[in-house]
Amino acid sequence: MRRWLPFEWIAAIRFLLEGRMQSLFIVAGVTIGVGVIVFMSAMLESMTANMMRRILNSQPHISMVPPDEVARPLHDAALNLGTVQRRTQRTRSIDQWQAVRTDLERNPEITHVAPVVTGSVLASRGVASRSVNAIGIEPERYFAIIDLPGNIAAGQPRLFAEDVVIGTDLAKELGVEVGDKVRFTAASGTMMTLTITGLFDLGNRFTNLRNVYVALRTGQALLGLIGGSTAIEVTVSDVYAAEDVAKVLQATTGVGADSWIKTNAQFFNVMNIQSISNTTIRLLVGLSVAFGIASVLIVSVVQRSKEIGILRAMGASRGQILRVFLIQGGVLGLIGSIFGSSLGLVAIWGFHAVARNPDGSEFFPLIIDWWLPVLAALMATATGVVAAVTPALRAARLDPVVAIRG
Amino acid sequence: MADPVLVLDAVKKSYAVGTPVEVEVLHGLDLTLEQGEFVALIGPSGSGKSTLLNLVGLLDRPTSGRLVLHGEDATVLDDADLTRLRGRSIGFVFQYHHLIAAFTARENVAMPMLLDRGFPDEAMFTRADALLDQFRLARWRDQPVGQLSGGQQQRVAIARALAMNPALVLADEPTGNLDTKSADIAFDLMREINETYRTTFLVVTHDPRLARRCDRIVELVDGRFTADRPNVAVREEAV
Repeated sequence: MRRWLPFEWIAAIRFLLEGRMQSLFIVAGVTIGVGVIVFMSAMLESMTANMMRRILNSQPHISMVPPDEVARPLHDAALNLGTVQRRTQRTRSIDQWQAVRTDLERNPEITHVAPVVTGSVLASRGVASRSVNAIGIEPERYFAIIDLPGNIAAGQPRLFAEDVVIGTDLAKELGVEVGDKVRFTAASGTMMTLTITGLFDLGNRFTNLRNVYVALRTGQALLGLIGGSTAIEVTVSDVYAAEDVAKVLQATTGVGADSWIKTNAQFFNVMNIQSISNTTIRLLVGLSVAFGIASVLIVSVVQRSKEIGILRAMGASRGQILRVFLIQGGVLGLIGSIFGSSLGLVAIWGFHAVARNPDGSEFFPLIIDWWLPVLAALMATATGVVAAVTPALRAARLDPVVAIRG
Repeated sequence: MADPVLVLDAVKKSYAVGTPVEVEVLHGLDLTLEQGEFVALIGPSGSGKSTLLNLVGLLDRPTSGRLVLHGEDATVLDDADLTRLRGRSIGFVFQYHHLIAAFTARENVAMPMLLDRGFPDEAMFTRADALLDQFRLARWRDQPVGQLSGGQQQRVAIARALAMNPALVLADEPTGNLDTKSADIAFDLMREINETYRTTFLVVTHDPRLARRCDRIVELVDGRFTADRPNVAVREEAV
């Protein structure tokens, strides 16, 4: 007997050890339950983080864009307009974008601001041509938002007036390498021949195919927007608050603001559904674990009713008996959760090691928070205690006279 | 003279067997047990012996009347105080030893002290060892009780009943489940304790052989005491 343990703990542990088979089986049950929960949680978290990383790799948190141009029909009593056609949206600069930029830079929730100029152009090399999205940037500002230098596959992210950085997939389609020249033609007919200084791979084929980066002034010249900026890209300190910040910015600056949450609404839908189904499964697994613990303890109370009666006769209070069984529930939950967390983590590591992309790279980055097993242990212990309430009350309420006579 | 160990004053007990029908099992019992008495409670089956024992053992409450244990009126105590009084003043010996199988002999003997104090300490094991020594069980003290023989188990149970130095030991057919030899050993131990420490014993028995070896015999028939006499043979032997 451990001297520092009170009677309740001593009795609880002895009872669990005595009913070895029962304890073993229910611990195995809890282990599997907690294992499933830990595995699913780690999996969901890794997948979400991976998807978010991929999205935010090539996108700013918020894009400030010029508001849509709307048609303003003249009201004339003699003329009744049946339909008002929507205006075509030309590529145009944000009105007084420098002032807007200054405003944004003062906002404490915003970490980085970079004006860009974007527009569709045709990239051609020999007979091959692809429609691409030319993005004129100020490298030092823009690279704080999109880590282009960190995703350079070949060459370097250098952007002087005659330079261009294109994606690896576009380079493949055009058959070009670093140092080659590519001709860019804007819709207005403006034509420029630029030298490829770097190839980037942002982990997204669409981006790698569509985006080409040039210096801001080059972009302005190519798109015919001298001195203009078609968008101001912004990062915020809390990525999940991006939509709220965007709404505030839109209201205060009068410029349109699209957050990554809005532009990726589908992704968030999928994640929400995933998360709801995941939570449901975890809840049900937790419930079945609780019922398992409760049923084992109820059987134990019935088996031990004589011993409980004798303990009561010898001076055990109802509270002491109650705690003996609550502790058993908690201990079963705790031990099961320790094994279960280990099982879940081993399983996710194993899955991560086995599940590979065709090129051998990892399928998803493994992200395991240290608090996941801690939380699982706390939850399982609490579940065990709660599950033990009914059996424990039953034990505490046993009438010693009836219990002893059996 | 010191307070009597136990005083029953017009104690009645009835059970509701579906209202309004009540069955009275004990019809107003008066009984006084002095310290150091060794009393046999005899009577046919169904006479109310077990009911009386449950009342005296504070496991149940009388319907009316007073029950005073060691000067303390048990009928006015709440459940928690009753449990405490029971743990400290009464030792139980049952027909089937009712030891806790998950513990060793020594731990079983220490159990009442552990329940009372909450945490294990050196003193309770010293006390348990002394009792086991006295009961010639020292060799088996660290064995799980399930591995002991019936006689040994009953001796452990008697040692456990004495752990808290109770004023009163209640024994319900303590030897009913033992062979004659083991029964004699167990009974001798109880008498030895009774004589050495002047612990009061109330022993329910069907065994006339056993009853004859008690100081006083109380007979309960149909919920009434029909006889209460000193056992002359024992008294003379003692003199």
